[in-house]
Amino acid sequence: MRWDNMTKFLILVVAIVVSFGLFIKPLASTVKQGLDLQGGTHVVLQAVDTPNAKVDDDALNRSVKIIERRVNELGLTEPVIQRQGKDRIIVELPGVKDPEKAIAMLGRTALLEFKDMSGKTVMTGKDLKDSKATVGQNGKPVVGLDFSEEGGKKFALLTSQNIGKQISILLDGEVLTSPVVNEAITGGKAQISGSRSVEEAEHLSILLRSGSLPVTLQILENRTVGPTLGQDSKDKSVKAFAIGLAGIFLFMALYYRASGVVADMVLLFYTLLLLAIMRGLNATLTLPGIAGIILSIGMAVDANVLIFERFKEEIQSGKTLRSSIEAGFSRAFVTIFDSNITTIMAAAVLFYLGTGPIKGFAITLALGVVISMFTAVTVTRYMLRFLVASNISSNPAFYGASAPKKEVEK
Amino acid sequence: MFSIVKNYKMFFAVTIVFMLVGIGSMFMQSFNLGIDFTGGSIIDLKFNSPVSVSQVRDVLKEHDLGNSVIQLGTSDTNITTSESVLIRTGILDDDDRRAVMSDLTSKLGEYQILRVEQVGATVGSELVQQAALAVVLSWVLMIIYITYRFEFKFAIAAIIGLVIDVTVVLCYFSLFHLEIDSSFVAALLTVVGYSVNGTIVIFDRIRENLKTHRRSEDLGEMVDRSIWQCMTRSVYTMLSTLFAVVAIFLFGGDTRT
Repeated sequence: MRWDNMTKFLILVVAIVVSFGLFIKPLASTVKQGLDLQGGTHVVLQAVDTPNAKVDDDALNRSVKIIERRVNELGLTEPVIQRQGKDRIIVELPGVKDPEKAIAMLGRTALLEFKDMSGKTVMTGKDLKDSKATVGQNGKPVVGLDFSEEGGKKFALLTSQNIGKQISILLDGEVLTSPVVNEAITGGKAQISGSRSVEEAEHLSILLRSGSLPVTLQILENRTVGPTLGQDSKDKSVKAFAIGLAGIFLFMALYYRASGVVADMVLLFYTLLLLAIMRGLNATLTLPGIAGIILSIGMAVDANVLIFERFKEEIQSGKTLRSSIEAGFSRAFVTIFDSNITTIMAAAVLFYLGTGPIKGFAITLALGVVISMFTAVTVTRYMLRFLVASNISSNPAFYGASAPKKEVEK
Repeated sequence: MFSIVKNYKMFFAVTIVFMLVGIGSMFMQSFNLGIDFTGGSIIDLKFNSPVSVSQVRDVLKEHDLGNSVIQLGTSDTNITTSESVLIRTGILDDDDRRAVMSDLTSKLGEYQILRVEQVGATVGSELVQQAALAVVLSWVLMIIYITYRFEFKFAIAAIIGLVIDVTVVLCYFSLFHLEIDSSFVAALLTVVGYSVNGTIVIFDRIRENLKTHRRSEDLGEMVDRSIWQCMTRSVYTMLSTLFAVVAIFLFGGDTRT
């Protein structure tokens, strides 16, 4: 027995097992989790033309801004609001407490109208540039209005004709506020007083701002996962993962003996590395993503099986243990490379065409395949080299291969 | 050793029979497409107190959704009420859905939302396009790659193998009327990956054996030898993948395919 190599081998084994035991839980729990695991709402909004406004780039960007503001009010950690294509917005609300209310808030068609006493619509939301809650001169909260150039003129006309009368501001046909006009306002800026609290003024100003949202947003898709189901899926996935891994572990150790145990060690290392890289890339782990990981473990095992089968053949053709292992690795590598490239291609296609959870699946599968290629051909190789060099056993059966037959198989 | 190449007629026959049954099924009863494809909504609720199917249906009827599929969260047919209820409706407007759900609260009591999925009609048809595009694109890429690494003929053979594999999976889903959703597309592409993976391992062996190929040996025998050399690997990999898949299937919750 050569102890220096044996020590190297054992150090690697201990290092892998210990770091797996120490880091797997913290790593797994800090990788960003998709909505299907932590619970939350995924909504796809479709912008639709209104008689007043067409869906264009600017309209959509403004819609995104307004939705961002609305969502921020919910105080969620890491909500996602992004444009998809020309006329869609994706909103992801992780861990939202009242999904129904949130969705209603997102999809609300914000059509703002200014009406005079007779009920005639004089101005719409597009005449309003901005609205902010501030504190007025008397220390009471007021809502400031900032009109567009055209809007300012319209508002001047509206106010000059309605001095002492009530005008109404409506959002989606519902009266938000009905201020009394004190004087003609010509500067393009106005203030609405009468809010009871700062919160109320804030709320009104937000609704008014939303009112300058020019296009209608329809809910095209809504996927909500409650927190209980999310937790349930998570628990089940962990179980599936552990059992799948255990099955593969046993299988490898039984069929390939020492080589199999080495492969198992590498599998642990692989799992750690995959999670660490996912965390590093800030990739999101979804339920299909976990399926992707488990499948990529299958691929990682495949790489090892290819190598070990090759190694067996080399032993049977009469080569020494060491050269058989080297030949096994170098010859199997071509095969592993070719076959994995095609898997990566399929994953790449999924990534570019898929959405949400499917993308998560594609990412973990592709990452998994790349990492498994690396671990299978480097880490397994070094560990086996050390093990063989330690002269612990020269019997090929120890490595899962039968001794060469008398007659070399044709 | 059993020759696969020589008995190709038998293998072809078995494959063709399988394909015919499957394709027949596809035409006869088509697919059970999930809401990802057809549009519609799934509402999965857990009520505080047990409700029955007819109670839920009565509420839905008021919203012209009486033909919705209502499942209780229990497999026991003797039990007629349950806390968990899964409702599948046709295409539903968000406002309508909210109206239904608030009606459920007022008539049947408080509940917890486990899952709500709602897909518009346009999304479904886009998904079909996307799925078709994904499959075709992956085939084209693979043909290019295999032609580059091997030969064009190999590529065509691999794609035929692939088409058969994909068809078998589709047939299975059609035959047993299993629901097809968007994760099915992902699963199908994984099948594509594995199928080509297996094919390439064998091609690789054939390529290697071609180098040492002697004139005296028949080409068919050589191919046979290559297939058998890879057989242990194919079976082992299949077994270990099966472990993983069975684990996902038994314990993995909703996304199993």
